[in-house]
Amino acid sequence: MAQGQLITPEGVRRDGRRLDELRPMELSVGVLKNANGSAYVRQGNTKILAAVYGPRSVHPRHLAYPDRARLRCRYHMAPFSVEVRKSPAPSRREVELSKVIREALSQAVMVEQFPFTAIDVFVEVLEADGSTRCAGINAASLALADAGIPMRDLVAACAVGKVEGHLVVDLTDLEDKSCEVDMPFAVMYGKRKVTLLQLDGQLSPEEFVKAVDMAMASCGKIYHMQKEALKRRHLALRRKVEGEPS
Amino acid sequence: MPIYFKDWDLVVPGELLAEGDYRAGPGVLKEGNKLYSTTVGIFKLAKGMVNVIALNGPYIPEVGDLVIGEVVDILPPNYVVDIRAPHTALLHVSEASLKPVSFREEDLRSLYDVGDMLLAKVSSFERAFSPSLTCRERGLGKITKGLILAIPPARVPRLIGKRSSMISMIRSETGCKIVVGQNGYVWVVSRSSEDEKLVAEAVRKVVEEAHVAGLTARVMSMLKARKKAGQGASTQP
Repeated sequence: MAQGQLITPEGVRRDGRRLDELRPMELSVGVLKNANGSAYVRQGNTKILAAVYGPRSVHPRHLAYPDRARLRCRYHMAPFSVEVRKSPAPSRREVELSKVIREALSQAVMVEQFPFTAIDVFVEVLEADGSTRCAGINAASLALADAGIPMRDLVAACAVGKVEGHLVVDLTDLEDKSCEVDMPFAVMYGKRKVTLLQLDGQLSPEEFVKAVDMAMASCGKIYHMQKEALKRRHLALRRKVEGEPS
Repeated sequence: MPIYFKDWDLVVPGELLAEGDYRAGPGVLKEGNKLYSTTVGIFKLAKGMVNVIALNGPYIPEVGDLVIGEVVDILPPNYVVDIRAPHTALLHVSEASLKPVSFREEDLRSLYDVGDMLLAKVSSFERAFSPSLTCRERGLGKITKGLILAIPPARVPRLIGKRSSMISMIRSETGCKIVVGQNGYVWVVSRSSEDEKLVAEAVRKVVEEAHVAGLTARVMSMLKARKKAGQGASTQP
């Protein structure tokens, strides 16, 4: 794609966003009845459903850890999540992203409280339009909290990329396809502990510092939306109960 | 020693609750002298201890817990019982009843069969192994009548209430026999199925509004209103 097609000289992107602006987000928890915890996250056109089961027993038994729970993640893209049908079998990319998401969450989950068990996290991509692993981490972290599994902090994630020489946050699929650099970033924001940092491409040291700052600021915004999403349902019920005359 | 929340405030994982010389109760993590919440729950401060009462979470057995479980398998000399914990529990024949039972599978099956609901006590639990149960006490054993309700295990303390205030209020208002298993099963027995339904409604209200203050009074007025309405209907020809 020719230079200047994705970002105007004024710094406005295809969808009208500024460089450091997130897509409109929608977060909700408790969307699945059968799961112990669940969450739905929408970031622009990227839509993710996450479900948490457990702690439950591990089969075969020898896979269990004697001192902590086994955190298992499955990142999966629905066949209809992309324009050309994706085979539902797990691809190399999905296996890798499952590992990456598990590692980003394992620092936050207090697995040592549940030895000899497994906690299963399922991240299902319903529609993919860039930043699916970050949206997946946001959803999985909410689902874990919704399941009541003890966590040190919520994990918020956001991608930063370099498109046509500009650093931008929360890439869409179109931007992702033609970007020079893609940097997914996840952080336990309350503790400022980074749990995921991948870098695909090349950044100068100055650009890297700026990219991390942008990612951190965006994660801060997401973190507050996550907190608000977890509280919303209970506070609405509380207002309803307190409002009704007794 | 600042405290950032007041009682009944809703908190989520990672929130800084207080700083200073407080003790960390359940649902709270102490790092240095900072106390953080680890679950979605209700903030409570009592006698220098910071607590977060979780709104959801798994059932982790403890020795002495009264539980209600379903027999899912028979592996002589044990019954395998699902008590909604991470692992299924084992009930050994020698602990299965006050009367002695032989180890033969037919005899085991005639005492409890797969699908039966049991009232039992957790007799031992090491986190590495399945918890063991016992029914060798009066009142424990197979449940043959009444209604069993399932509630989230995290809401059990709320249903019992402070010094069992909530559950004894529901008992005295409805006249039902109610047994609350720590694993989130509630057993209700009464002569009238109407009363059992009334208890079910009250329990549902407790579970739904567990985190809103003044619940005991609200449930009580609900039960009183329902009973009044019921009596009015029954006196009509």
